Amino acid sequence: MSHTRAIDALRHLAARQRWRPVEVAFWVATLLPFVLAPAYLTLASQIAITAIFAVSLDLIVGYAGLVSLGHATFFGLGAYTAGLLAKAGWGEPLSGLLLAASVAGCFGWLTGFIVVRVRHLALIMITLGIGLLLYEVANRESWLTGGNDGLQGVVIWKLLGRFDFDLYGTTAYTYALAMLLLVVLMARRLIHSPFGLSLRAIRENERRMSPIGISSRAQLHRIYTIAAAIAGIAGGLLAQTTQFVDLSTLGFQRSADLLVMLALGGTGRLYGGVLGAIVFMIARDRLADVNPQYWYFWIGLLLVCVVLFVPNGILGGLARLKPRDTQ
Amino acid sequence: MIAPAVGVIFDGLAYGMLLFLLAVGLSVTLGLMNFVNLAHGAFAMFGGYVAATLMNTLGWPFLTTLPVAFLLTAVVSVAFERALYRRLYRATELDQVLLTIGLVFMSVAATAYIYGTQQQPVRLPAFLRGYTAIDGVNLSHYRLFLIVVALVVTLVLVVALERTRFGAQVRASVDNQRMARGLGINVELVFAATFALGSGLAGLGGALSIEIIGLDPNFAFTYLIYVLIVVAVGGLGSIRGSLLAAVLLGVSDAAGKYYVPTLGSFLIYLVMISLLLWRPAGLFGRRAA
Repeated sequence: MSHTRAIDALRHLAARQRWRPVEVAFWVATLLPFVLAPAYLTLASQIAITAIFAVSLDLIVGYAGLVSLGHATFFGLGAYTAGLLAKAGWGEPLSGLLLAASVAGCFGWLTGFIVVRVRHLALIMITLGIGLLLYEVANRESWLTGGNDGLQGVVIWKLLGRFDFDLYGTTAYTYALAMLLLVVLMARRLIHSPFGLSLRAIRENERRMSPIGISSRAQLHRIYTIAAAIAGIAGGLLAQTTQFVDLSTLGFQRSADLLVMLALGGTGRLYGGVLGAIVFMIARDRLADVNPQYWYFWIGLLLVCVVLFVPNGILGGLARLKPRDTQ
Repeated sequence: MIAPAVGVIFDGLAYGMLLFLLAVGLSVTLGLMNFVNLAHGAFAMFGGYVAATLMNTLGWPFLTTLPVAFLLTAVVSVAFERALYRRLYRATELDQVLLTIGLVFMSVAATAYIYGTQQQPVRLPAFLRGYTAIDGVNLSHYRLFLIVVALVVTLVLVVALERTRFGAQVRASVDNQRMARGLGINVELVFAATFALGSGLAGLGGALSIEIIGLDPNFAFTYLIYVLIVVAVGGLGSIRGSLLAAVLLGVSDAAGKYYVPTLGSFLIYLVMISLLLWRPAGLFGRRAA
């Protein structure tokens, strides 16, 4: 009896993991910029990088329910790791990315010991504090990071030894898109696994986890480390495709913007962060001639409206229109 | 050797008192409703701009602008509370953070649009401008005034919370909201009044801070972080905790800038993280944050 139930549960998980037509359509559509907007491939690559970053935040905020105001810490760490490695003379992109992910992941694992102990305001303050701390360190150690001027002289070799990072961003976009696909595939497997389900259980009711034999701290620590490593990949990609790193990669503004994108697209829906990144980045690019300080007024207004009227973001709103909710 | 140390402690104390005024309202309202209000710094900024406008456009004397900054901020904040915050008391932390960050973004942009991004000037009355030297330590009159104002506010708050009927209702609501409701306390009303009071104090703090730390549209963000540190370290809903945390932060910040300027704010963040690990609910917090 219990055996068949276990099989049912596995079947249920497998069913959720099946590809939906709209997902396939999305991935086909990501190829459109090559044909329709070749002049905007650099922007497209930045969007793909931000989407990776957003997916990593969604894993901890949307799925595990840990609100972090300092996720840019890992993005910046990845960016500086990839940038410094290239500056030191090793410009091979893929291994640089691997190192960026490892360094960010290690730092995530270390700070994870602290982060999983606290909740609510203390959690917000500690993630914010760690982020500000690292920013101060990077600002002070300008011999290493270049301080306010940023890291100069980052030279990246050809991708796979063949494809040069050109001015049009063709290689950059291909590279970032491939990484986005990889990250989404991995995140997809992860959230539909028993581990992913346990994260959602922690989000819904943490107290019930220990009676059913799951240590919520260990689970949260694991996902925090994974999310940090993915954020490191995103940061490394930015450093490699722009061949430049500055302090803004570590800044609070980047963490806050990312939360905005995630809320805009919808949390806990895997593609929410991707959609939010697309909408946010395109809107910012279109309004770039407006003074950036005034443009934040509209972001703020949008945020207030999203929270009040579409609490689950664009994807949540769409899902509500459809009678059969697949979430 | 002694004189600079006393000077640093005095400056730090004045700075700490300012942080206390800015933060105490947030501490009480967070303790009461568990609402993460990141827009508290924006209310402080509002108070600052009210005072600046009255002084520079209408030519009011500095001291008369202070009560107006307090009252106007209180009224505006309670309008926001009734219109927006009230809907999210039962929502997740994420929604509260997002809504209030949205308000901060809007306030920063709107202020930059109306007033420009430059620092606002302040005109102090003559008796607040000078210095008095005691044993070779220059004590600024304005900083003395600041310390006195903060001590008076603390005294009034402590008496109001511990000796009046309204204070008893606030304490009961913080301790156990459902029980307080059962006893016939109108928790919503208590909260709205406390919220107005707390934001009003932030507005007063904003007006007082123009002289010490300056006022520009980024105030809402820059000082939000300091205010949150005070609240998180002091413990939610604790006036004593906020006062202690604010003074600690003010003095260590002043000392850090004087003795180890290369360290910047590094030390403060480190101290905050260690304190929160030791006591996640803050120094005087009674329940887990």
